[in-house]
Amino acid sequence: MSAFFKLLARNRLALAGLIVMGAVVLLALLTPLLPLANPDVTDLGNRFKPPLSEGALLGTDHLGRDLLSRLMWGTRLSLAVGFAAAIIAATLGAAIGIIAGFYGGRTDNVIMRGVDMLMAFPYILLALAIVAALGPGLLNALIAVAAVNIPFFARNIRGITVGIAHKEFVDAARLCGMTDTRIIVGEVLPNVIPVIVIAMSTTVGWMILETAGLSFLGLGSQPPQADLGSMLGEARSALITNPHTSIVPGAMILVIVMAINLLGDGVRDALDPRLKSGALSRPMPTTRVERGAVPAPKRNALLSVQGLETQFHVKNRIYRAVGGVDLTVEPGECLGLIGESGSGKSVTALSIMGLVASPPGVITGGAVYYKGEDLIGAPYEQLRSLRGRRVAYIFQDPLATLHPLYTVGDQLIEAIRAHHPTPRAEARARAIELLKSVRIPNADQRIDSYPHEMSGGMRQRVGIAMALANDPEVIIADEPTTALDVTVQAQILSLLDDLRRDRGLAIIFITHDFGVVAQLCDRVAVMYAGRIVEEGPTKAILNRPAHPYTAKLMACVPELGQGRRELAAIPGLPPVVDALPQGCAFADRCHKVQDECRIGDIGLRDLPTGTRVRCIAPETTVSEAAL
Amino acid sequence: MTTALAITDLTKDFPVGKRLFGPPRGVVHAVRPVTLDVAEGETLGIVGESGCGKSTLARMLVGLLPPTAGTIKINGQPLDNADPALFGRKIQYVFQDPISSLNPRKTIRQIMEAPLRHLHNMPAADRARRINQIFAAVNLREEFLDRYPHEFSGGQAQRIGIARALAADARIVILDEPVSALDVSVQAQVLNLLADLKGQFGLTYLFISHDLAVVEAVSDRVAVLYFGSVVEVGPATAVFSQPRHPYTKLLAESAPVVGRPLAAPEGRETELPDPLNPPTGCAFRERCSKASAICAQIAPVMTEVADGVSVACHHPLTGPA
Repeated sequence: MSAFFKLLARNRLALAGLIVMGAVVLLALLTPLLPLANPDVTDLGNRFKPPLSEGALLGTDHLGRDLLSRLMWGTRLSLAVGFAAAIIAATLGAAIGIIAGFYGGRTDNVIMRGVDMLMAFPYILLALAIVAALGPGLLNALIAVAAVNIPFFARNIRGITVGIAHKEFVDAARLCGMTDTRIIVGEVLPNVIPVIVIAMSTTVGWMILETAGLSFLGLGSQPPQADLGSMLGEARSALITNPHTSIVPGAMILVIVMAINLLGDGVRDALDPRLKSGALSRPMPTTRVERGAVPAPKRNALLSVQGLETQFHVKNRIYRAVGGVDLTVEPGECLGLIGESGSGKSVTALSIMGLVASPPGVITGGAVYYKGEDLIGAPYEQLRSLRGRRVAYIFQDPLATLHPLYTVGDQLIEAIRAHHPTPRAEARARAIELLKSVRIPNADQRIDSYPHEMSGGMRQRVGIAMALANDPEVIIADEPTTALDVTVQAQILSLLDDLRRDRGLAIIFITHDFGVVAQLCDRVAVMYAGRIVEEGPTKAILNRPAHPYTAKLMACVPELGQGRRELAAIPGLPPVVDALPQGCAFADRCHKVQDECRIGDIGLRDLPTGTRVRCIAPETTVSEAAL
Repeated sequence: MTTALAITDLTKDFPVGKRLFGPPRGVVHAVRPVTLDVAEGETLGIVGESGCGKSTLARMLVGLLPPTAGTIKINGQPLDNADPALFGRKIQYVFQDPISSLNPRKTIRQIMEAPLRHLHNMPAADRARRINQIFAAVNLREEFLDRYPHEFSGGQAQRIGIARALAADARIVILDEPVSALDVSVQAQVLNLLADLKGQFGLTYLFISHDLAVVEAVSDRVAVLYFGSVVEVGPATAVFSQPRHPYTKLLAESAPVVGRPLAAPEGRETELPDPLNPPTGCAFRERCSKASAICAQIAPVMTEVADGVSVACHHPLTGPA
């Protein structure tokens, strides 16, 4: 709750709205206690007294009634009616929406078509019809305004409920023996309430206006009772001669609705999880760079990453996602980057081309040399011309990376023309050629398919074709087969292997699967808690893992053909990267931990097998490694 | 050994392209008649690729989806009405995604209390005692009970999911890809925990996974699913050491293994058959190297070819793998 107020207060306008609204509500509540004149006593001798007259601070109206007093009582009434209408509409609308969304099918269809019919009438006409049927009066106006707004809530809440009703926790609740009513009240409603509050906060102002509108037309509050709308209506005939009688209630309506809407927007921003997670802050086109000394290029590699450090600055915490990574890759070589989730392998890959979202990402150290040219901190235009053209990415989920509304052909053509302005027909021919090169059958027909019309394996082929579109020299593949079935994975891996041999591609292959690394990669780097703990030729590492983490991780992976058994497990959890321990990050889970492991920085050291390891007591024999 | 769970000709069809009046435009046979027996105390592994109907099968077994046809018997008693509450006391389910199977707005204690309260009408004091017992069994600390799901890592959340299934006191537990969302080091922890619990509480498992190596490591028997049908069933050792169905062999050879050279074991363009327009005869024949004329005409039926191994194939493989 306090977090909610903090977020709300950060939005200055919302805070102003809250303060104004608070003052208005407080005054409205206190009205009966204030020494005000009776709002309904007429005094025809004192008609149309101007504001600031003796005895009438805001003047009097056409019947000589005290305007200040009428304004206060009218505000009180208008607010009460507006809030009551909002609560009634929200309750009924949410109930209808939840029932329609939860049960779905025919129930949903019948209810929502009814709601659609209600929405087909212009709201003021509908409200007029309801008041005409029930007779004029404030209570009937309230009913009309509430009824008119029910569809808004019903549709909104239904949409959210449909999403929640298909969540696994609802299934789980069913299996726990909960009845539908219990599930709706206990599981669905708590997840819908924020949406109801958001919808209410943005519509209360609207409802106050609608009530005022009906009163203005003489269908709401009846004389002599004052509300803001009827005050405006009665003052209309004197609009030219005595404008203050109209301005006073008009200004109050303006203030109330403005304040409520500003506050409502603030409430929405603070409550909406999508906005809370930072979707409102647009990331910069390249990752922010704040680094000190730049390491000099060591040797002439195609792509070399040196001492890369990437951090995430969230509020006052610093997450060291990548803490000094060195990598190199040569043409035609496949480097495997292996690690568990949170080890920093994806952030390393994204940092290379400055694709880590900033905020919150910051590159705080190191350099990335592509053919001797430093990419970290390079101007955006230079990076843009290299992205996709020299260094291309393949991501894990092709359904998320392909645009659902364009055909795969359009997207391929766009990728080609982004770097090489070619005529469309030519680009299309090239796109078909690319689809053929990733072995998509019937490429000239498949080019006009939308992503959802393809299977996961086919989509990933399109992802690969797009990466190949501009003949890059380096491909960074971030778990490209994790979402695929094994038979499809085998197809994609052998495709990537052929491509790199035919085209001399350098591939950085990110994965968590040792089997994949063993089959595809020449060299492997194992990451743990943002650093490389072991690096070297694939064979050497897989045969004789030197770092205890590598050894244990390999032992965890079940392999086919060993029968039923107890699996090896690594006790504990990886450290959180905003509180890394001193010394070796793996020390707490390691069976060989010594006191020295927890002191100071442990560097990578060379082993006779050609691997480099970040450990002061590396495994030495095969048998020990298997423990 | 008694049969804990018997499934006979269990079928699920989904209508596609519903119209306001008249029959739907098409029907997808998500699960074709499946017959399986699971003995008490056994772990039956169910393997298959995405879209083969394994999750649909699992959801029918716990009553989350009403079957189109067929029967489910637990300890000889039929369970024919799709009432999850009735199922819940006998058979429970562990979800694939541990975080999304926990309501984000409830504390772990509230989540754990639900099955005890609604399935067993247990008074509050008993509930607290039982939750403590179960939490001890799955190696979770009691202080976790007052936290919310988002505060947990995947492995811990999956332990909570398992704890919830145990709380219902069902003898049969369906594990639907329980470790595929977890990292390998955590995966092993959870798999070992499941093995311990099985012995401790005398459970029967149906272990659904796409990962052959994981299934082999935990299962007594294995059923291989392809395109909604069981194509091979048998003891895990027999099925994996000597696959009889060409699809089983393909699956086994596709899994990346350290020390085996990279090669796609089949043509690189093959895809699953279109469920709206299923092929005649054997569903696998278009990907199969041994397909012959008979495969296109007659769908093969399950036949026992060796000790406990049944296979649905006209030309089962015989030689050692």
